[in-house]
Amino acid sequence: MTLKLATAAMAALMAAGPVMADLVFPSLSYRTGPYASGGIPFADGYADYFTLLNERDGGIGGVPARVVECETAYNTERGVECYESTKGEGALVYQPLSTGITYQLIPKATADDIPIHSMGYGRTSAANGQVFSHVFNYPANYWNGASGAINYLMGQGDIAGKKIALVYHNSAYGKEPIRTLEELSEKHGYELSLIPVDHPGQEQKSQWLQIRRDRPDFVIMYGWGVMNQVAVQEAANIRFPMENFIGIWWSGSENDVLPAGDAANGYKALTFHGVGSEFPIFEDIQTHVVDKGLAAGAGDQIGTVLYNRGLYAAMLAAEAAKNAQDIHGTDEITPAMMRDGMEQLEITEARMTELGLPGFGPSFSVSCDNHGGPGLIGMTQWDASAKEWTLISEFANTDVEVIQPLIEADSAAYADENNIEVGCK
Amino acid sequence: MFYREAGDFKTSYVDDSQTFPIKFDRYRYYFVLAVAVLVLPFVMTDYAVNSIFLPFLIYAIAAIGLNILTGYCGQVSLGTGGFMAVGAYACYKLMTAFPDVNIFIHVLLAGGITAMVGTAFGLPSLRIKGFYLAVATLAAQFFLVWLFNKVSWFYNYSASGQINAPERMVFGVPVTGANTEAWATYLFCLAFTVLCAIIARNLTRGSVGREWMAIRDMDIAAEIIGVNPLKAKLTAFAVSSFFVGISGALFFAVYLGAVEVGEVFGIQKSFIVLFMIIIGGLGSIFGSFAGAAFLVVLPVALKIVGVDMLGWPTDIVAHFQLVIVGALIIIFLIAEPHGLAQLWRVTKEKLRLWPFPH
Repeated sequence: MTLKLATAAMAALMAAGPVMADLVFPSLSYRTGPYASGGIPFADGYADYFTLLNERDGGIGGVPARVVECETAYNTERGVECYESTKGEGALVYQPLSTGITYQLIPKATADDIPIHSMGYGRTSAANGQVFSHVFNYPANYWNGASGAINYLMGQGDIAGKKIALVYHNSAYGKEPIRTLEELSEKHGYELSLIPVDHPGQEQKSQWLQIRRDRPDFVIMYGWGVMNQVAVQEAANIRFPMENFIGIWWSGSENDVLPAGDAANGYKALTFHGVGSEFPIFEDIQTHVVDKGLAAGAGDQIGTVLYNRGLYAAMLAAEAAKNAQDIHGTDEITPAMMRDGMEQLEITEARMTELGLPGFGPSFSVSCDNHGGPGLIGMTQWDASAKEWTLISEFANTDVEVIQPLIEADSAAYADENNIEVGCK
Repeated sequence: MFYREAGDFKTSYVDDSQTFPIKFDRYRYYFVLAVAVLVLPFVMTDYAVNSIFLPFLIYAIAAIGLNILTGYCGQVSLGTGGFMAVGAYACYKLMTAFPDVNIFIHVLLAGGITAMVGTAFGLPSLRIKGFYLAVATLAAQFFLVWLFNKVSWFYNYSASGQINAPERMVFGVPVTGANTEAWATYLFCLAFTVLCAIIARNLTRGSVGREWMAIRDMDIAAEIIGVNPLKAKLTAFAVSSFFVGISGALFFAVYLGAVEVGEVFGIQKSFIVLFMIIIGGLGSIFGSFAGAAFLVVLPVALKIVGVDMLGWPTDIVAHFQLVIVGALIIIFLIAEPHGLAQLWRVTKEKLRLWPFPH
């Protein structure tokens, strides 16, 4: 039975076959499972941007883009299957939207010469391009996020001697900021307590009981999927002051706060890009995508935080592809060329205005030494009566003094473990 | 006509007690092995290996392991995921601590370490049975996952708590890490699977296996006729955990390459292996293979039909997968409660008489 099905599978693959005349952007999405509330808007935004490019501009540099979607359900085994099944189609860049799957793909994709863009997630030390030649995490990473949250709190008043609790998803993702927060606590003298929440995070009574007992001054959360909604609800239940509750950017979407209703008012979340649908690009999306009936999914996510993030990820990928076309003087780029395009990417304010996204994200340039971008972090706050997120701070710098040595130490450990020659290609 | 004992004369005791007494069966077995070793490696694609063959071979080892414990010895276990995690982390620690030792030995040692842990968690089986034992092994599952998350020594103090398999060679060919060839990983896992299957088959036919089955069928009667329940139950836990540990080590080192314990070796893993042996057939080595093939290949096949051929949205196909796999399990168990292995047994009976059933 195995043999027959395997042959059928291979025959199906061959029938599907590679079509070379387009630029393939695989989307390892998850529209099912406990993390679907985050996966759906991101996948919609990612797909809609490429649809917009195809409909409005005829693709990237005249070559149509094709998004190949593959359902992972945030599961690493399914992620491997998705990677193997899409890489044969000429996938240019992988954006798995899962730290676990990113870890899995880092060695595989590097060996296959395909770049990965883990925007605001994945392995933070991938910011060191000398070790991680094919992995990019611009424009900001988890450690920027941790430092950004602390900086924001320091801007509000002295935090020496204050108690800060970190509520985190007990996985590679949630554990990422611990070291940074520990280093920062030594530097600034606050007291850090760690409160893990196991996958999927539906049950958090004991964690919030502990918070109620310890009475921390601030709570920082690294959560994802259903865990966010539950945490916001539990925080409301113990009447924790919402303005002292800060989520990372993966814990700051509409889906996370709406279930708690008015009680979620004032909840804050970090971000590295703009919020809302007040950007000119959304008019184009309306005319070229929505009105033509081409919107991905149910089409009801446009303008939400995570939709915007998917859009932003797609925009950066499309710009990198365009950059690669310019560098190599060919329209039909390979994944290796795409990598060069990403490594020499430069996003300017003028270019973003041209794209209809003025002030949406930072202007930055990528280099071999720095795959991580500038790491500018802003703060958003939820207004429960208007049902919208608003940006309440400037995009500010984070503590490079603390983060850079950590990046170097962690990437050096990885290079050691895997015998990687450090240096630029 | 072809499938029959008649005319196949055995002239020695060794011949008489071989695994496949029927000539046709024997040649079929050699044929499958020959195809698996000599033909498949040459036609393998990355996709076929990584999404079908590796998971099939590795799950087959885990299913054999659990089948020894549950199918042959009658001790229900929900700790398979936890024991696979022990194998994976043992393999990781050994790989990073002794980089010069062959990975083949590391995998076997990982199995050995898991056997010890499994035996320790098997001790309650001497006092409790059935559902109560299932709960005790469930505790093992949660405890082990918690342990590997909590104690950072197990993941070499890495910031994320992930473990990554470094590159290791067998005969100069990499079988773990990033630069592996499809055929190499396939053959490496195939070697373990064949080895485990042969060992398991012979153990279950011998005196040890008979003791297990005696305990399974009625433990008090077994004790009266001279079976030592302490020895029988603990050996079942040890052997079973040994196989499960090997599969966990391969799952981490060869198949996934990077593992996060809560996500990969969670309670779902225990259930999926349990489903495999229930669908495949309790107390049958062939059933372990059939069950593993069923649960590994079916979702992939459904995905290929739904997404690649019919072009349906990925989320609809993903939901349908759950519905179809669930429905098939129920239908199967109603139609044939003893699993795929029983279907195969019935087919063999029919084959003996074919084409003249009267």
